[in-house]
Amino acid sequence: MKRNSTRHEPHDGFVGLSRRQFLGGMGAALTLAVSLKSGIANAASLASEAAADAFAPNAFIRIDEAGKVTVVSSYLEMGQGTFTGLATLAAEELDVPMRDVSVVGSPADLRYANPILEAVFGRPVQGTGGSTAMAGAWNQMREAAATARQMLVNAAARRWQVEPASLSVTDGVVVHEASGQRIAYRDLLADAAELPVPENVQLKSPDDFRLIGAEQGTPRVDVPAKTNGSAIFTQDKKLPGMLVAVIAHPPKLWGKVQSVDSSQAEAIPGVVAVVEVPGDDKIQGGVAVLAHNTWVARQGRGALKITWDDSQALTVGSEAILSAFRDLAEQPGIVAEARGTLLDDAPEGGTVIEAVYEQPYLAHSAMEPMNCLVDLQGDRCDIYNGEQWHTGDQSAAAEILGFETEQVSIHQLYAGGSFGRRANARSDYVREAVTLARTARDQGIEAPIKLVWMREDDMRATQYRPLTVQKSRMVLDDAGKLLSWHWRIVGQSFMEMPEGAVDDSLVEGAKEMDYDVPNLRVEQHNPTTFPVPVVWLRSVGHTHTAFVGETQIDEAARATGQDPYQFRRSMLGNNPRALAVLDLVAEKSNWDTPLPEGENGERRHRGMALRTSFGTVVAHVAEVTLHTDGSYVVDRVVTAIDCGVAINPDVIRAQMEGGFGFGLSFLRQGIVFEAGSVVQSNFNDYPVMRMNATPQFDVHIVPSSNAPSGVGEPGVPPAAPAVANALAAMTGHAYHSLPLGGSVATS
Amino acid sequence: MITFTVNGSSHAFDGDPNMPLLWYLRDEADLTGTKFGCGIAMCGACTVHIDGRPVRSCLTPVASVDGRSVETIETAENHPIGKLVQQAWVEGQVPQCGYCQSGQIMSAVALLKTKPSPTDDDIDAAMSGNICRCATYPRIRAAIHSAAEKLAYEA
Repeated sequence: MKRNSTRHEPHDGFVGLSRRQFLGGMGAALTLAVSLKSGIANAASLASEAAADAFAPNAFIRIDEAGKVTVVSSYLEMGQGTFTGLATLAAEELDVPMRDVSVVGSPADLRYANPILEAVFGRPVQGTGGSTAMAGAWNQMREAAATARQMLVNAAARRWQVEPASLSVTDGVVVHEASGQRIAYRDLLADAAELPVPENVQLKSPDDFRLIGAEQGTPRVDVPAKTNGSAIFTQDKKLPGMLVAVIAHPPKLWGKVQSVDSSQAEAIPGVVAVVEVPGDDKIQGGVAVLAHNTWVARQGRGALKITWDDSQALTVGSEAILSAFRDLAEQPGIVAEARGTLLDDAPEGGTVIEAVYEQPYLAHSAMEPMNCLVDLQGDRCDIYNGEQWHTGDQSAAAEILGFETEQVSIHQLYAGGSFGRRANARSDYVREAVTLARTARDQGIEAPIKLVWMREDDMRATQYRPLTVQKSRMVLDDAGKLLSWHWRIVGQSFMEMPEGAVDDSLVEGAKEMDYDVPNLRVEQHNPTTFPVPVVWLRSVGHTHTAFVGETQIDEAARATGQDPYQFRRSMLGNNPRALAVLDLVAEKSNWDTPLPEGENGERRHRGMALRTSFGTVVAHVAEVTLHTDGSYVVDRVVTAIDCGVAINPDVIRAQMEGGFGFGLSFLRQGIVFEAGSVVQSNFNDYPVMRMNATPQFDVHIVPSSNAPSGVGEPGVPPAAPAVANALAAMTGHAYHSLPLGGSVATS
Repeated sequence: MITFTVNGSSHAFDGDPNMPLLWYLRDEADLTGTKFGCGIAMCGACTVHIDGRPVRSCLTPVASVDGRSVETIETAENHPIGKLVQQAWVEGQVPQCGYCQSGQIMSAVALLKTKPSPTDDDIDAAMSGNICRCATYPRIRAAIHSAAEKLAYEA
């Protein structure tokens, strides 16, 4: 047997796109007027780099001399399959096979602004979030690829002196049927680069799609490198002379370093330096130990003797925050949505359902703890990062360094998960890494520095899904019709908000709910009393509103003797898309046929939940077994989804499976503060779903010709409520607060 | 001096003998396929084989591998079972973010070495120490069964 280690070329999928190359590609071609800032590129380098990509008609498509296509992704690949979706769109319009397409991450640059986030924020930003990538790329990437194809076809037409319309393309070869002439793209690149860029290119008719929606021929572009260890994440990125930094954060949030004795740390062989990183209102900061080896840096951190100044630190715990929020939940808040007139009391024979719901802070806890590599050299800063908030992080780095944004280049690497964590409006860990690099430079340390958080740092200095207290009150008539719904949500805003303004994200899914409720009032309190940093977590406000809304609907159905499916149906008359998804999941799960009894006194039941989020409708039905000791397991999940055109059905299925698994963990986990410190530290006390809790999945995609919406987040919101509804149907208890834990009272 | 083999090559180390093998592999030997996830053997991202058995390298002092044979994801394809498992991972389109998958594959290979036809319970027992936050578990389970079928066919 061959025993030699096989070394794959590191596949970071991103190496190829320095700013020079980006501009170089432009230089070879045609389209955009590019302003060249001095010191960034010069004519000689442009010319030489241009040769690598013989044809680059726009910012998104490059074709090299071998005919291989490179798609430039303005979005982060963090597992959600965006690179593959983009490759599918490009390959479709270019008429090339997927195997000829690779994807690289773009640099941070406003020319790669996210068109949907731009509409949301009212200014251009490049970032990945809100399940926007496929929706934003649907026209943009197809047009970019169709433009490239048209130029190549035009080049062939000119060569053969025939009409472009008389030509077809198969697998990257232009064919003139009448004469039998054929020519590959790779032989047309130079000609095409000389041609004008056509306007208003024709996109394919859906009837002609061969890759979009296909079950075969569209494998994920990143999978091979992710099965042999060659995929490069920030954790793996190395530069010559690089130092690794492990940082001691304040044990109480927002504490500051008063003094540090680093003598023992510096005595450890291999420790290169100790650097104090000043905290501010955006980063925790602390004291970092630098070494060439992560373990040595970590040992060094352990040997630091730090006296902390807690005068500005968070001092309270979750219980105090909950207590304050419970009080607010009883008081009128800012009105986010109001229609009709709320009913105070139930009409004769009617029913009132009222409850207070509490959900904890949650940590994203991606498998790759936060990290960031900063190479600061003179008037340039190169950042290597699983970059999800490209231009925001670039601006933050420039601000810290006193640079123009053009002096900061961001190199996008694969992210080992993120779930929203790496898209941070405070740019927290990037700021910390850049501040560290600046301070180290000022101490005379000339080396690239990679800041690496240990798991405990990631869990304790993280930014959390907001804790919420919600009070919800439903009034139903004697026939079980939901007449009035009053829903008040107390939680910190996801973004800094002007006083009195509504944070739409905090109330999303309540404000624009799926159901037709004649009298509705949604209010919010977004107190700033407690400075716990919060940020969106996969599916944002839906993480906390779906649990409340979807479990209370079941509670109301039980209280009024209605089937939860039929009760939902009765409120979806004006929402045919959601109704179709609900009907499909009911049909495919055999909702109307009870599950067979379990063995040995085990009870089994289905629970359902429905939620439209980010333009995509998802319904899950969970088949749950309740053991006699109160522990429970989800055996099987049936899912229906309408996300518009299904660009890549297998990626959609994978996101539904993974989204359910991510949401299922909400039943078990929570971040708790005590006296300003986070109690949880690692996967031992922050449980996440594992193999032995994994159900079987059966995902059904509604055929649709509507423009696509995202799939990365929408599988999450209905997961936990579907399971809680199944449990409640068996035990008769309604579950109002999370986490539930691994078992429930059985009677 | 601690001497051992990694993926068939001889290695010698005279630094801190308490340093976990994980950091030797990643930072000294430049084998970054083995991942850091938790540092307390709770997530399995760092799984490697020592003398053919799966271990969590984040809690394995480098001194403890003196004279032994270490194998990492980088050599998985050089073993018949490893190659089958990797192929099953590709065919089943298992990875999402991919960060945990080196550890998942090394655990799966170790399982199939001792149990060539694992049941679902066997998979639960062998694989529940490996966390995947993307929750690719159903595909991991299917890929292990698929690799086992091919293993049986080839045997």
